[in-house]
Amino acid sequence: MTLVRRLAAILLASFYMVSLFAGWLAPFDYAHQSRDCIAAPPSARHLLGTDELGRDSFSRLIYATRVSLLLAPAAALLATTLAACIGGVAGFRGGIFETIAMKATDLTLSLPWLFLLLIARAWMPLSMPPWQTLLITFLLLGSFGWAGAARVVCAAAGSLRASDMLLYARAYGCSQGRVFAAHLLPTLRPILLAQFLILIPIFILSEGNLGVLGLGVGEPMPSWGNLLRELVDLPAVAERPWMLAPLVVFALVTGCFYLLTSPGDYA
Amino acid sequence: MGAPPEPRWGGELRFCVRADPKTLDPLETTDQPGQTVRYLTGGVLLRLNRATQALEPELAESWHSEMAGRAIGFRIRKGVRFSDGSAFTAADVAYSLKTLFDPASHFPIADSFRRGPGAIVVEQRGPDEVRVVFPQAAAGVERLFDEVVIVSRLWPAARRGAIGMPVLGPYAVAEYHAGSYIRLARNPNYWQTGASGRRLPYIDTLRLLIQQNRALELLRFTKGDIDMVDTLDPEDYARLARGGPWRVDDLGPGLGAEQLWFNQATAAPIPDFKKGWFRSREFRTGLSAALNRADISRVAFSGRAIPAPGAISPANRFWFDARVPTPAYAPQQALATLAQAGFRLTGGTLRDSRGKAVELSIITNSGNRLRERTAALIQEDLAKIGIRVTVVTLDFPSLIERITRTFDYDTCLLGFSSVDLDPTGQMNLWLSSANAHAWNPEQKTPATGWEAEIDRLMELQATESVLVKRKAAFDQVQEIAAREGPMLFLVYRNALCAVSSELRNVQPSVVGPTLIWNIERLYFAPARHLEAKR
Repeated sequence: MTLVRRLAAILLASFYMVSLFAGWLAPFDYAHQSRDCIAAPPSARHLLGTDELGRDSFSRLIYATRVSLLLAPAAALLATTLAACIGGVAGFRGGIFETIAMKATDLTLSLPWLFLLLIARAWMPLSMPPWQTLLITFLLLGSFGWAGAARVVCAAAGSLRASDMLLYARAYGCSQGRVFAAHLLPTLRPILLAQFLILIPIFILSEGNLGVLGLGVGEPMPSWGNLLRELVDLPAVAERPWMLAPLVVFALVTGCFYLLTSPGDYA
Repeated sequence: MGAPPEPRWGGELRFCVRADPKTLDPLETTDQPGQTVRYLTGGVLLRLNRATQALEPELAESWHSEMAGRAIGFRIRKGVRFSDGSAFTAADVAYSLKTLFDPASHFPIADSFRRGPGAIVVEQRGPDEVRVVFPQAAAGVERLFDEVVIVSRLWPAARRGAIGMPVLGPYAVAEYHAGSYIRLARNPNYWQTGASGRRLPYIDTLRLLIQQNRALELLRFTKGDIDMVDTLDPEDYARLARGGPWRVDDLGPGLGAEQLWFNQATAAPIPDFKKGWFRSREFRTGLSAALNRADISRVAFSGRAIPAPGAISPANRFWFDARVPTPAYAPQQALATLAQAGFRLTGGTLRDSRGKAVELSIITNSGNRLRERTAALIQEDLAKIGIRVTVVTLDFPSLIERITRTFDYDTCLLGFSSVDLDPTGQMNLWLSSANAHAWNPEQKTPATGWEAEIDRLMELQATESVLVKRKAAFDQVQEIAAREGPMLFLVYRNALCAVSSELRNVQPSVVGPTLIWNIERLYFAPARHLEAKR
């Protein structure tokens, strides 16, 4: 492992540790409002200043990291697993399997998700605690975010269907399941990792946007999504550049994921 | 000292409207862009002076009440011409009003005039007099004529609103490019004149740019592309106030109030124990005392709002009831009031007499930062008395669906903007049978004694011809609402606006249209670079 990757691993591990011990590390509760100290600049008391409600931005960033760093990769893992199963089997078996799977993928991609999510919100009780809404949101993202990745995986699996590698495995008497699980999927791993990495930031940002539908993370719980959503107020960002801290952390974490799982490791 | 210099004539004034008008027909329009065009182009019998909040004669030289408040007679101004040069007469007024009040036409403005069963009769009495007779006494109805545009009887009804239609207002529509802009050109025959006797308006053309995005509107203003912004958020106001070739105005509290109400609808699919809470006066007023309105004003609105005692803001000078007290922030008093209804704070959680923990949700519209902040402040205030609040932001159609059809919500945080100074314009909110009676709409019979009393008082003020008695009746409505707390009024948001420093004689008003209500008398400063720019 190169030095850069080691550093990335240490940094990512640090972020995870910080998020896991947020309760101990955060100087304030994420919901605590210091109403006499609103939109304050960074200081010894508030390392990243405060937001418009006087909440400590550093504490909120730590708690947001916990929410997003645990749940977004989990949702991405779910979506990638579904993509591997659906796209992988479709590409591996071909024929009617591929046709049906790709039709299902097309259908999923073409569905009016906005309206479906509105219906989902209508079904959910309004007084649901924020953490339940949060789990449901990421579950929805993971369950329905597989389609794009499945297409890529299907194409890759299809190109390997008649490869010598799989031909030899079949000739040695491997079952179809073993060929798929022991030979095809490991070969697809770089593609699956790439899809996994792509989906993490997409899900983090999607969660932020879902806030307008009453899904996502509700007040006062912070997430990277809703912290990043605050950056749309560009004049405010220009006046208080420390508001960019969530974006910096987001970029660092995404970069770390990329460095740790870049295709070079699997060449 | 010489005479004051003659205002500069000419130039083009630019400002933004939020969307394309749905129609340019002045009788038909209901949306804000359409109403703006109507205000700028339409001639009316009476005009509300936005500065004094008094009605003034416009195309009617005078008006008077007849038949014990059942009728209004207008004496029509002579010598006025439409923009195409044709003469304006009482026949045009009678034609316009008959068209408007025709029951088969269903014009939205006409609904505001309806008082009881029966038709509204329009009579032309001689060459310059018109009388409108209502089925019953119609108090405060005169001000509605501020919205009734007089159209030419010679212009085909099918082409009403088309470019080229003769108008009596200061401007006429010259161009309309959907999604881009509307250009209005001066009416060469406008009846008002300046000090020199020349026909107003001073400014030659108006360009209404269709711009939905508020951030882009602000950007265009700071770049000098447009000359005014009539509604600013407190943050934008603060940014512009730091300086630039413009002036910003804080007009003080506007006409609307931010409010929170409890769902008391009989058909609401919420648990019975919650309905019980929401129907308890002690619960509602207890929660009211737990809300820190001063903090909502200071934190959520950056100090550009004031705590609200009731529905009517002090900006509505005549109808505001100064005797209605603003609820003080008093968490201990809140708990004492709640205790009267059996609520107890145990272990940091407020519980009702059956031991149910008090938990409720607040719905509000997403994308409104000020309202989202207000909800977060309420959430923390109520947490201090042991109430767990979930804030749910919904897109506007979903929110409206819940508060008007499914009634599937606990409480709702919204702002009602009042455009009409007269309480008769709020009948739809206060009458228990009305569909906008937010907390329990469309009741067949009033659910409570105090709602029945509000119904009676509102009917009384709508038919009483003596203004003082009307005021007394509506004051009582405000006092009952404050005592019973069906809606917790939070703050009156300040009206904030910005105007280019090149534009003169602007007199911003909390009554819309905020900046252009005296459009015919606005003019540009004779800046050296102005000609090049325009």
